[in-house]
Amino acid sequence: MAGVAVSTTINGDSVEYLCQPDETLLDVLRDRLGLTGAKEGCGTGDCGACSVILDDRLVCSCLVLGAEAEGRRIETVEGMAHGDKLHPLQQKFLEHAALQCGICTPGFLIAAKDLLAKNPDPTEEEIRFGLAGNLCRCTGYDKIVRAVQDAAHVMKGA
Amino acid sequence: MRYIRPLSIEDAVGQLAGAAGPAAILAGGSDLLVRMKGGFVEPELIIDIKSIAGLRDISETADGFSIGAAVPCAVLGENAALKKAWPGVVEAAKLIGSKQVQGRCTIVGNLCNASPAADSVPALVAAGAKAVVVGPSGKRTIAVETVPTAPGRTSLAKGEIIEAILLGKRAPRSSDAYLRFIPRTEMDIAVVSAGVNLTLDEAGVVTAARVAIGAAAPTVLLVEEGAEALVGRKLDEAALERLAKVCAGACRPIDDKRGTIEFRRKVAGVLARRAAMTAYARAGGK
Repeated sequence: MAGVAVSTTINGDSVEYLCQPDETLLDVLRDRLGLTGAKEGCGTGDCGACSVILDDRLVCSCLVLGAEAEGRRIETVEGMAHGDKLHPLQQKFLEHAALQCGICTPGFLIAAKDLLAKNPDPTEEEIRFGLAGNLCRCTGYDKIVRAVQDAAHVMKGA
Repeated sequence: MRYIRPLSIEDAVGQLAGAAGPAAILAGGSDLLVRMKGGFVEPELIIDIKSIAGLRDISETADGFSIGAAVPCAVLGENAALKKAWPGVVEAAKLIGSKQVQGRCTIVGNLCNASPAADSVPALVAAGAKAVVVGPSGKRTIAVETVPTAPGRTSLAKGEIIEAILLGKRAPRSSDAYLRFIPRTEMDIAVVSAGVNLTLDEAGVVTAARVAIGAAAPTVLLVEEGAEALVGRKLDEAALERLAKVCAGACRPIDDKRGTIEFRRKVAGVLARRAAMTAYARAGGK
């Protein structure tokens, strides 16, 4: 199989890679670029653990080919903190204990970032609907919703 | 396997028609990549159509709307004019998958995946939508209900690609609605579904109707007796009863883990009735 040469932007940095034509963006991020924040839960777009933002749209990176990223803009969980300073969502997830095993957390963080970028003041219902594409088997979701509400509050004041 | 990103529909059609082995069209990939991962399809050629000019656009024309084959369903929901004219089509498209899937999935993909339970298809059939098919011998426009022929099969010939879905210009006092039954509130596949599209006169009498039922036969059903039950009447109890009865009767469902034959028949009638009431109210009927 011939490799596909891809030039793209990830978390603001220009990145080039070679990938196989049937390789998913998730596999490229994790196995070729060492960005292991996005997780493979189901691999079929059901769980949201591999969520990334592709040209301002939240997507499952397991349902995107690496080859499709050519010329596009990708945001992953690795781009959320600035150095040692956590993103307000990350900080609030810690404060509210909105995680246990942590596998779903990067997906929730990036989905919540996308949600707040489009709707800075969501209702609880809007948060629950907005994050319905992300599954968590530990928390029961309540702590995640509280953390997102609190982060939204902090971000509005910032 | 090869991945290509043609810049014109003619090039895409040529590549698809000339492919020696199995070839697949990639737009949103929310069905294709899942099927590839599961080993159900092993394409030798993947043709990504997202770089073809116009395929990512919704355009409003003198005849209505043209929705490009690569427009994600999330974008349908963000188009105010489309939502106003065809709320039933938009609400059906918006029910497909999660927010993550919405950012990728397309109504043409939903149509060509040819699942009897596809959410957008009953709404498109009720809307009288047309598919613009481009192939080696040129372009043709066909009714969407003629595209799926059986679960997973379409009427498209080798080398043919649907480049757009056309929705007509709205007559005054027209609207549509789509409803599905699922055992949870979000993110599930329709057990049974109904799309209804109505036009009313000034007195609120239905002058034109189209009724479609999903997940109740190998393909989405256009129920002409359902339309006949409504045309020439206001949405009185007798008309709604008749609609529910003929929709239940038109179903040819299967028993499976998501629902029994009896349940699907009954709920098809209930949903058709409720969708008709919503479409009627949206069209300004009282």
